[in-house]
Amino acid sequence: MTYIPHTKEETREMLDIIGVSSIEELFKDIKPDLRPKSFDIPKNRSEIEVIRHMQELASKNAAHLTNFLGAGFYDHYIPAAVDAITSRPEFYTAYTPYQSESSQGWLQSIYEYQSAICELTGLDCANASLYDGGTALYEAAMMAIRITGKTRIIMDSGVNLIYRTMLYTYTSNLNIEFVETPVVHGQSSREQIYKHIDERTAAVIVQNPNFFGAIDDHSDIIEKAHSFGALAIMSVYPLSLGVLKTPGEMNVDIATGEGQSLGIPLSFGGPYLGVMACKKDFVRKMPGRIVGATVDKDGKRGFVLTLQAREQHIRRERATSNICSNEALCALRASVYVSLLGKEGIIELARLNHRKSEFAKDILGRVSGVEVKRSSPTFNEFTLILNKNADVVAQKMIDKGFAAGFPLGRFYKGMNRYLLVAVTEKRTKEEIEKFAEALEKVLCD
Amino acid sequence: MRLIYEKSVKGRRGFKLPQPDVPEQEGIPAKFSRKHKANLPEASELDVIRHFTNLSCMNFSVDNNFYPLGSCTMKYNPKFTEKIVKIEGFLELHPLIPQLLGGGRLAQGALEIIYNTEKLLCEITGMKAFTMQPLAGAHGELTGAMLIAAYHKNKGCRRRHIIVPDSSHGTNPASAAIAGYDVIIIKTDKDGCMDIKEFKQKLNKDTAAVMLTCPNTLGLFNTRIKEITGLAHSVGALVYYDGANLNAIMGKCRPGDIGFDVVHLNLHKTFATPHGGGGPGAGPVGVSGSLVKFLPISRVMKRPGGVFYLNYNNKESIGYIAPFYGNFAVILKAYAYMLILGKDGLIKASEYAVLNANYILSRLKDYYKLAFNRRCMHECVFSASRQTEKGVHALDIAKYLIDKGFHPPTIYFPLIVKEAMMIEPTETEPKETIDGFIDTMIEAAKLAETDPEKLTTAPRTMPVKRLDETKAARDLNLRWKPT
Amino acid sequence: MNIPEELLYTRSHEWVRIEGDIAIIGITDYAQNSLGDITFVELPEKGAEIKQANMFATVESVKAASDVYAPLSGTINKINQDIIDSPELVNRSPYEKSWFAAINIKDEDEKNRLLKASDYKSYVEGLGRK
Repeated sequence: MTYIPHTKEETREMLDIIGVSSIEELFKDIKPDLRPKSFDIPKNRSEIEVIRHMQELASKNAAHLTNFLGAGFYDHYIPAAVDAITSRPEFYTAYTPYQSESSQGWLQSIYEYQSAICELTGLDCANASLYDGGTALYEAAMMAIRITGKTRIIMDSGVNLIYRTMLYTYTSNLNIEFVETPVVHGQSSREQIYKHIDERTAAVIVQNPNFFGAIDDHSDIIEKAHSFGALAIMSVYPLSLGVLKTPGEMNVDIATGEGQSLGIPLSFGGPYLGVMACKKDFVRKMPGRIVGATVDKDGKRGFVLTLQAREQHIRRERATSNICSNEALCALRASVYVSLLGKEGIIELARLNHRKSEFAKDILGRVSGVEVKRSSPTFNEFTLILNKNADVVAQKMIDKGFAAGFPLGRFYKGMNRYLLVAVTEKRTKEEIEKFAEALEKVLCD
Repeated sequence: MRLIYEKSVKGRRGFKLPQPDVPEQEGIPAKFSRKHKANLPEASELDVIRHFTNLSCMNFSVDNNFYPLGSCTMKYNPKFTEKIVKIEGFLELHPLIPQLLGGGRLAQGALEIIYNTEKLLCEITGMKAFTMQPLAGAHGELTGAMLIAAYHKNKGCRRRHIIVPDSSHGTNPASAAIAGYDVIIIKTDKDGCMDIKEFKQKLNKDTAAVMLTCPNTLGLFNTRIKEITGLAHSVGALVYYDGANLNAIMGKCRPGDIGFDVVHLNLHKTFATPHGGGGPGAGPVGVSGSLVKFLPISRVMKRPGGVFYLNYNNKESIGYIAPFYGNFAVILKAYAYMLILGKDGLIKASEYAVLNANYILSRLKDYYKLAFNRRCMHECVFSASRQTEKGVHALDIAKYLIDKGFHPPTIYFPLIVKEAMMIEPTETEPKETIDGFIDTMIEAAKLAETDPEKLTTAPRTMPVKRLDETKAARDLNLRWKPT
Repeated sequence: MNIPEELLYTRSHEWVRIEGDIAIIGITDYAQNSLGDITFVELPEKGAEIKQANMFATVESVKAASDVYAPLSGTINKINQDIIDSPELVNRSPYEKSWFAAINIKDEDEKNRLLKASDYKSYVEGLGRK
């Protein structure tokens, strides 16, 4: 199957106008010594065959497990209306809205998305999206370095380890010094952060809720950071901001986050959504596309890509970032999702996640061989200390139909018996109870 | 159109949550709670659907309009791939499943797809191995630049600069710079290719790599490409292939065969995955044999028995560049596209992309100044400089095209061509559409002579007229605010 | 093209007004005209050291970002807050209201490298012919 419409006659006519006798003649700049040594690609298939092949492959994946696995990527319900909108080809087959007059739909959608992110984070400005929560955090760190002219970063180890590792990868050839401070009883260690913060510090990075699901009020840390001329960066779980104290309320300078919780399917790791918002003073140092409102010749409101002089297509090697393609369609999903939930719905949803999670803590706490870590309040994810190796327990739970959670031993030394469990609004009372039963069986085996 | 925030009606809801089936619990302590509600819109499901549906109708898109946006390869996106990504086994698969002990067997289908896609891309480009992790083309460039740095570091040297031609995409110098390199720019010669003489002067033992697009952003294939890769290698530098224009050469030339060491591809361009209004894309990176060991963690491997697994044990890897395995749903679509097209289909795609572009070039060259008077590959670049003498700019021609239902070409890029108009028709456009576009372009050229105001006042048929971009940048209004 | 007689110029289109050991600096009419509508100006802080021919400020228009080079070395004595608040002044009044900064001149000899109005005029006319 190809999607080329040309008939033989049309091809002939076109070649005649060009003045060549064959298509191959158009490739004469590619001399024989530049031709492929091989091009061993299977022959074409029909749509029916490809769909069947893909269904067979999909059936080898376990999407049937009851999901208590989170670790930054959550199994939330996605209303059908989200897909109905993002399945419209007028959205998904367009590209970056360079020509504003013929892209008002996209531009207004992004403006509305930016507005939603500002409302959720309590900050002044948001961009049109970055790739994911990890690259967003990296961009925020680079932004802080540009703004402050300093190169030292203090990072709380409650920040998702995947993101921390990504940051180290990206900065390994740059002169940036990182200091990692420990989590004590589930919370950022003030003592350690204050010990390391100094005049050379560009930023302090924290996460709320942190990787262990614990919530915190980082206002004191942020105040301290500001007193040394450093910026405060916070990685957030956007859905939790329906109820949690916002980055804005804590005086954070740059907030980033993984937007997957806002109506984006898990899809084995992507595409996801890099959320970024900041205070207005820093907007010109922000990476990514930004949409602004303006007026047309007749004074009618319209929307355009703005502050483009920051970007790679204009500033090239001195741009604020190299980003070009972003995750616009995922940002649209987020915007539709929060519009469906609305002002009250996002609160109810966040509360429901918290309530179910607290209920699960209660039920699981009664399972013999399980201790629930209760040193600090959590949002919808919490840590269990098991009487057995958590990796093995999680493996056995798969056979019982559960993705039981994320064993922390791989990421944190000495935590081989720790299991991180997430409970979203999708989990029912019955599922939670069955989960507890199954866990008890595995632990008492 | 009013914002969804301005349409908000207190008390409306677009989605109802289930009644809690678990007993009430103690709430989140006040000191950890937000003081003011997020002012999200209050709307019914129909309100939301109608709002966004009406917004969608204000966009040009490939399914509605010819979209010859140069360098972006806006080809038709086959619909069956949309069906594939919605299969539950893909859509609801948690990325951490294969990282659990014994979890690999529960993601065999997904891992096999990543593995197979890598293998197909290796064969298409002639590279030794691929990582599917980079989340966009520019992200692939950054990954590539980091791989280059790792390669030199492993050899015990820290080379300082990366060379790019002045015709390159802005992402090339930007990626090189944020990876920690100085950027050296080489000018374009009279044939539209990187000036070899200047290249030879700037190339030295401090050159980490040369980043090239081939065919380049002028749509021209550099006939001396092998000489360039050879020169770079002779001083120990690597050569990077920006695959943005791969749609011109599938089955005709493979970067790996002609000496490129690192390649990134844009699945949303060549492999027909939708551009999504700006993304998501995918920017897989391929490398030659000597760079395989530096590829990002993790890598999908296959055991002799046919079982797929994730390999995390690679001490020389540059590390993590993405949270997981790339934009999987995009990879899925690209894989399905390669399967349905097959060998002949891929070759034909490049052939007809080049045919369409040359047809446009031939029919328009008497009306617009060609940036470089040569046959092109998959895209052609004109300058509106003749029209500028009459006070008509590339921008005016672009806006006139909008009124006639065509998405404009890329304008004012490449930067080295004054009043540039970069036209990439792709292979999926039928002759009559292309003829319609050409006729409109000719009409615009004539109007520039006879009635320039028709162009300078366009567009007239869109929801808005020309927008004040200066005001947008001076009086920043980047969000709705509650009144 | 407005090129006031009493000022000195650079080939990168900055102007200088010498007032004793102070130099007032800005960008020329030619520069503002080729940039188009200016939307943003970024200036160094008071007290910053700047070096002749090195970048010291940035101006942005909708579709371009352009560096401004120091015509002379010195210490920033004063910056013009008005052009930060209203960047359009650079377009409207390049020589009067939109001076960028005043500096304490470090090296008098550097003045020899600047162009007189007549020389700058012929330089700009030469650019037009290219």
